[in-house]
Amino acid sequence: MKLGEVREVLGARVLTGEDLADREVKAAFAADLLSDVLAMVREEGVLLITGTVTTQVVRVAEVMNLAGVVFVRGKLPAKPVVDYAAAAGIPLLATPHTMYEACGLLYNRGLPPAKRKLLPYEHDQSGSPAS
Amino acid sequence: MISPAPLRHREIFPVVGLDLERAGLVSTEVQRVLRRLGVEPEAVRRAGIVCFEGEMNMVLYTPGGRIILLVYDDRVELIFSDRGAGIPDVELARQPGYSTAPDWARELGFGSGMGIPNMEANSDHLEIRSRLGEGTVIRAVILRRKDETRSGSTHS
Ligand SMILES: Nc1ncnc2c1ncn2[C@@H]1O[C@H](COP(=O)(O)OP(=O)(O)OP(=O)(O)O)[C@@H](O)[C@H]1O
Ligand SMILES: [Mg+2]
Repeated sequence: MKLGEVREVLGARVLTGEDLADREVKAAFAADLLSDVLAMVREEGVLLITGTVTTQVVRVAEVMNLAGVVFVRGKLPAKPVVDYAAAAGIPLLATPHTMYEACGLLYNRGLPPAKRKLLPYEHDQSGSPAS
Repeated sequence: MISPAPLRHREIFPVVGLDLERAGLVSTEVQRVLRRLGVEPEAVRRAGIVCFEGEMNMVLYTPGGRIILLVYDDRVELIFSDRGAGIPDVELARQPGYSTAPDWARELGFGSGMGIPNMEANSDHLEIRSRLGEGTVIRAVILRRKDETRSGSTHS
């Protein structure tokens, strides 16, 4: 799914990255905990759906090469965060939908969930976690 | 883990404790440097994640310190050293879920006790040395796997 379609499905506002509407989003992951994003997402090109609006969200998106970030529940990051994202080339969208609604809408449209890394203590349950 | 591969690049990045505005900047800079040096994308990604977790811990739990980046032909090394209070029980800190993060760190989206386990998951070797009252040194080794090109661009 393209970023432009994500915007449309969620009725989202583009905070930065208007020019990246054609960027392909491979899958999505939703979390407020950045710790979980860092520890569990293993692909690149993933869309992050979150209610956390700090600068660190953008840094995590950068480090993990995410396709973009959607802020839910009408939450908006401060201007320096948006400016930083613009400079880093990370598109930011904002929607009034709750996280549950936003996920449901995108899932319905066929955007697949990001594959999750198993946690260290899950390994024995189903063999090898990745690659 | 002694390898004869020559050192290609060495750089030191200072980290300021509790400076949340800048927390994470070193990691993005480290990735830029690695990309510029032609390090394989998978190693750049893993090093970036390891660096971010180490950097965040330094910002959240210590007055600061530095991150040393060493790039060899066969591996990337990151050495985190801080002047913090130290980690009382390193084995415990390596366990997923163990966290002493204060509420304000949790409100920022951190503190699920996954950072050090994630550093281990994304490196090939992780050493932690800590002294109470003096600080902590963490050394992470990320091996460069030349055959592991994710884009599959094979040239003969
Ligand atoms: N450099 C450090 N100095 C002192 N204590 C540390 C340091 N790094 C980690 N710790 C301690 O180890 C605990 C576990 O760290 P870890 O990074 O695994 O989890 P976290 O930071 O609590 O949460 P997360 O990383 O998932 O956001 C921390 O809560 C803290 O008590
Ligand atoms: Mg941590």
